[in-house]
Amino acid sequence: MSITYLEAIREAQAKLLRDDERVFIYGQDVGGTFGGAFKATKGLAKEFPGRVLNTPISEDAMIGTAIGAAMHGMRPIVEMQFADFSSTALNQILNNAGTHYWRTDVPVPITVRLPSGGTKGSGPFHSQSMESLYAHYPGLIVMTPATVEDAYSMLIEAVAIDDPVVYCEHKYLYYHLKAENLPTESLPTGKARIAREGRDLTIVTYSAMLHEALAVAEQLATEGFEIEVVDLRSVKPLDTNTVLASVARTGRLLCVGESFPWGGATAEIIARVTAEGFHLLDAAPQRLNAKDTPIPYHPNLWSAHRPNAKEIARKARALLRE
Amino acid sequence: MLETATRSKKSAAPKPAPHERFLEAFRWMLLARTLEEKLVSLYRGGLITGGVYVGRGQEAVSVACGLFLQKGDIFAPLIRDQAGRSAFGEPLLDVTRTYLGSRQGPMRGRDGNIHRGRPRNNQLAMISHLGAMVSVTVGALMAKRFHGEKNFVGLSCIGEGGMQTGSFHEGMNIAAIEQVPLVVVATNNHYAYSTPNDREFACHDLVDRAIGYGFEGYTVDGTDLTDCLDMIGSAVKRARAGRPPQLVVASVLRLSGHGEHDDASYVTDEIKRQPFARDCLKLAEQTIVDVNLLDAATLREWRKDAAAQVDQAISTAQKEAAPEADEEDWCAISTRDLVDPLE
Ligand SMILES: Cc1ncc(C[n+]2csc(CCOP(=O)(O)OP(=O)(O)O)c2C)c(N)n1
Repeated sequence: MSITYLEAIREAQAKLLRDDERVFIYGQDVGGTFGGAFKATKGLAKEFPGRVLNTPISEDAMIGTAIGAAMHGMRPIVEMQFADFSSTALNQILNNAGTHYWRTDVPVPITVRLPSGGTKGSGPFHSQSMESLYAHYPGLIVMTPATVEDAYSMLIEAVAIDDPVVYCEHKYLYYHLKAENLPTESLPTGKARIAREGRDLTIVTYSAMLHEALAVAEQLATEGFEIEVVDLRSVKPLDTNTVLASVARTGRLLCVGESFPWGGATAEIIARVTAEGFHLLDAAPQRLNAKDTPIPYHPNLWSAHRPNAKEIARKARALLRE
Repeated sequence: MLETATRSKKSAAPKPAPHERFLEAFRWMLLARTLEEKLVSLYRGGLITGGVYVGRGQEAVSVACGLFLQKGDIFAPLIRDQAGRSAFGEPLLDVTRTYLGSRQGPMRGRDGNIHRGRPRNNQLAMISHLGAMVSVTVGALMAKRFHGEKNFVGLSCIGEGGMQTGSFHEGMNIAAIEQVPLVVVATNNHYAYSTPNDREFACHDLVDRAIGYGFEGYTVDGTDLTDCLDMIGSAVKRARAGRPPQLVVASVLRLSGHGEHDDASYVTDEIKRQPFARDCLKLAEQTIVDVNLLDAATLREWRKDAAAQVDQAISTAQKEAAPEADEEDWCAISTRDLVDPLE
């Protein structure tokens, strides 16, 4: 058997609907016979009547409704058609879901699925990675699964968590990434994973960039360098300890993320490592993000806008020479 | 002696005669007015941190919003709904503790003034961002339907200013799509902060929007308690009976500043002469006197009682400790082992 990242997301939702009657799925085109813009809910409306519901194009109201339902005992999963459109629901996510437990002592267990990140030809409004923005605000957990196994187990965990979870699933991985089986066990959320061991340099990354980083590690191995790759899995909470332990082994740190460069997850990691592990560093830590422009449409431009294996390798080599 | 505000769960009680309902509503209005006047004086005396926002002139509409809701119903009040909150069952202590910053209040110093609620008791805690609570009410009602509950309604309040947000439009639309038993009571008090109606909307009558949303729409004279009780009471009844969502648009004038920091000097004399500028509490009291529903001694007694309850709630809250920063756990999520290890 072989299962893709996207199928894992569908399977996780099927399992959740089967096992937990509090779960319902709410989003544009998720219901009927259609099953979502990416087919992440294909067949689920038929299998679970009344629990996979199409919504109007009203991101604010979709999240508001989910919040009200979650407050009253349900476990809604909201599918944004693209992460980019969650911007029109920012108020409900940040100001309502994100503040609710703190203000009232009543948590709102909503899961917001964000089909994130760039693919060729998608352009400025269907390509964004918004994890850093959500992580900036209090009250939210932000997951960024990079593997088929994590896509499955973290979505199940997201729904079980009593607090709002922003689940960033990467569109580039939907069909590219395959696994043999669905996992039977997994690391808990909040724990990063050493995706490859090494002793010369640590690359900390998450989501689709994990695979670029692993490719670079493979390539640099032929040049005699052993690169350690840390997959954060969630950017909030951010597993600072695992990162620090890795930097303690390698002395060098490169952080790679696909979101825009101003601030964000990569800057946060560097700030923490510099503050808490300055003495562990043999060279100034570096980071690589997308460029500070909207995301271009044309593949030639797009592939240079996001960090790619070539850029990561160049940055890594420079850091290894220091 | 008026019982504490928690008495308003009326589901099992026999239906009161119209004049009993009127008097009950009047008494909540009186309590709200008394409380808010006291809060204003505390604010003027520098004893309240942050703003004070009152519902002066809107008590008749507001009380009708709270009065017809039963145990299990959902209430989403906004800034001018003290009367409705009390009628729904909010204890006075929740108000005074929140305004005065007691650690024992429902918001524990984490939020203030009208941004309070008890979601566990179905009183939603508004966020400032107007329009956002309509869809939240819809979701709460959907949850009840998912759970197989019956015979419930939700009531969400809004001002004519908040009606112009995208969030409000989306919430109304989704309410009608989901066909939840919802009543939205919109109070047009003719100003959004300092902005008059002609810069807020350009439609002929806000109630005309009901048909566009898929709601049934009604208007009500918000200065007339009888009208408010009739119209809002029957809207609640229709929603409960499975009719489409209900929009009730009330017309009043805000008889205060936006908040107590605001002298409302922009309110024109012409507007103050309009029929909707009358004080609903005075009118209700006039009716009581005219129809002889109460004698003067009882009215005096009710006033005294309202003042005593308010004084009691204030002095209790004033004696309570404030929250302390070093005792605060500073956790914005409930899952403690997923708190980010910052610092
Ligand atoms: C989305 C949003 N924008 C701005 C504000 C600031 N604000 C608070 S109350 C208010 C006026 C509201 O008018 P209305 O909805 O008519 O209610 P009223 O105060 O008249 O009762 C404004 C502009 C806000 N709370 N929310």
